[in-house]
Amino acid sequence: MPKVKEQWGTRLGVILAVAGSAVGLGNFLRFPGQAAQNGGGAFMIPYFIALILVAIPICWAEWAMGRFGGSKGCNSAPAIFGVLGGKSRYRYIGVLGIMIPIMIYMYYVLIEAWCLGYAWAYLTGSIDLGGDPGQYAQRSTDFFNAFTGATADGGVFESGASSLLLLAAITFTLNFVLIYRGVSKGIEAFCIRAMPIMAICAVVVLVRVLTLGTPNPDLPDQNVVNGLGFMWNPQGADGAPWYTVLLDSKVWLAATGQIFFSMSVGFGIIINYSSYLKRDDDVVLSGLTAASTNEFFEVCLGGMITIPAAFIFLGAAGVVGGTFGLGFNALPVVFEYMPAGRLFGFVWFFMLFLAAITSSLSMLQPAIAFLEEGLDIGRRASVTLLGLITFMGAAFILYFSKGLTALDTVDFWVGTMLIFVLATIEVILFSWVFGVERGYKEAMRGADLKIPKVWKFVIKYISPTYLLVIFVLWCIDPENLRKHWGTLTQNPVAKYSMILIIGVTVFIGLLVHIASRRWDKHGFGESEPPDMEASS
Amino acid sequence: MTTAGWIIMIVSVGSVVGMLVFCFYRVLSAPSSTEQTHAPLDNDTHDRET
Repeated sequence: MPKVKEQWGTRLGVILAVAGSAVGLGNFLRFPGQAAQNGGGAFMIPYFIALILVAIPICWAEWAMGRFGGSKGCNSAPAIFGVLGGKSRYRYIGVLGIMIPIMIYMYYVLIEAWCLGYAWAYLTGSIDLGGDPGQYAQRSTDFFNAFTGATADGGVFESGASSLLLLAAITFTLNFVLIYRGVSKGIEAFCIRAMPIMAICAVVVLVRVLTLGTPNPDLPDQNVVNGLGFMWNPQGADGAPWYTVLLDSKVWLAATGQIFFSMSVGFGIIINYSSYLKRDDDVVLSGLTAASTNEFFEVCLGGMITIPAAFIFLGAAGVVGGTFGLGFNALPVVFEYMPAGRLFGFVWFFMLFLAAITSSLSMLQPAIAFLEEGLDIGRRASVTLLGLITFMGAAFILYFSKGLTALDTVDFWVGTMLIFVLATIEVILFSWVFGVERGYKEAMRGADLKIPKVWKFVIKYISPTYLLVIFVLWCIDPENLRKHWGTLTQNPVAKYSMILIIGVTVFIGLLVHIASRRWDKHGFGESEPPDMEASS
Repeated sequence: MTTAGWIIMIVSVGSVVGMLVFCFYRVLSAPSSTEQTHAPLDNDTHDRET
């Protein structure tokens, strides 16, 4: 067993590392798109309710669980869940806490490479949408498809077809170099520099967008104020009063899903990061600070930049598409129209690259921690083994690039569905098995801010019920489970992707089994009896 | 932009900025916020192979 324990260097460092993990492309691209499509300003009502009832309570629970595990010498999800549950069988839940971030990393590192590629293209001027404004949208889509290989499987592997291969290699290597340096010297040192740079870049673009005025006098309605209105005006569907959107379960589903995915709860990352805290370090104020930093990037920056900018230049018809459509197809057209657009395009995509890399780093650390303490191998061996696994997965997704099917399949089944599952299990484990009274005392130990006692009721009853209801509603939505199940049965690449997911899960399950036997033999992560209150 | 839109935007952005400022004020005004909280020797990389 490791005799020396890794720890965060500073409190600010751990806050920025957790916030960096949470802030990603979803803050700048997914959130504004979801808000604009689901009632505009009215969307913020279910959004903030979900923040208060689900995201922040679970966030505090994860911070407390991680620090508790860390105080017992455990840093990995299997070991922490074993200690929390009081029985070694709970360690197997931790398979999800390792598998989810690894699988997400496999495609996220490629999206990171897209961002780097776009930043480089703006810096060097190699993105060219031509001189005909009528062709901007088509040429932007063509550029994206050629760059990502979305038109044919194996497209990016053809000689001279795309620079994505080189960029993916650079981002992949950079992640592993930083992770090899360790929690304090690698992750913390990087995040403490990257987060302020991200904020500065975002503010620069924000100021540019808010000072655009009415760039085209022929289209006076397409101005800054109306752009903000398109994002923030509360609107009902098809001319109905705005409050009718609050009666639509889809809006609640979208709002809860957005806040949930944005905060990085259910990824297995926060419990790993907080396990490197000392026993009496504060988790309440730190957790709330990380959450509010994430919200700042999402609401105050993402909500004020993306949709207004797209509306000003493209009008209401141009503000369409999901995360990728808005970010990589629509926004390049916006930068083409924007004065000094090449500079602001570079700043924007470089900021997205930083947002992505602070997130992808956090996806590697849970597995590194597990390999070190589960198999008792050093950091070099852990990094090598994890590098091999993630390289194979990333190469698979990079090769099967047609229509981004492999990426979408892994994103849906792991990056969307399984994090709901893990978050629900975590909440039940924390509030019902570990015990909510004990959990409250654990969270409050060393706290710089008092958690209201109503949190005990919320985390025990409201959060799990809310999660289960949203999960069921989400599953029965034809756009989700049925649609993706159909793809899975019809598309061979989707099937191969599912085989990859199952293969990685089984492999990690075997490793957790081996680790569990080793821990039992050495008495590591000795289980504690569950709280009596939980069984009463 | 409608009045309701202005109100929602100002309340949303104001609430988040207010929470952020409050949290960072509390974190940075605490004695152990920015200083090194752990001895440098604690910050081991776990690499026991060297």
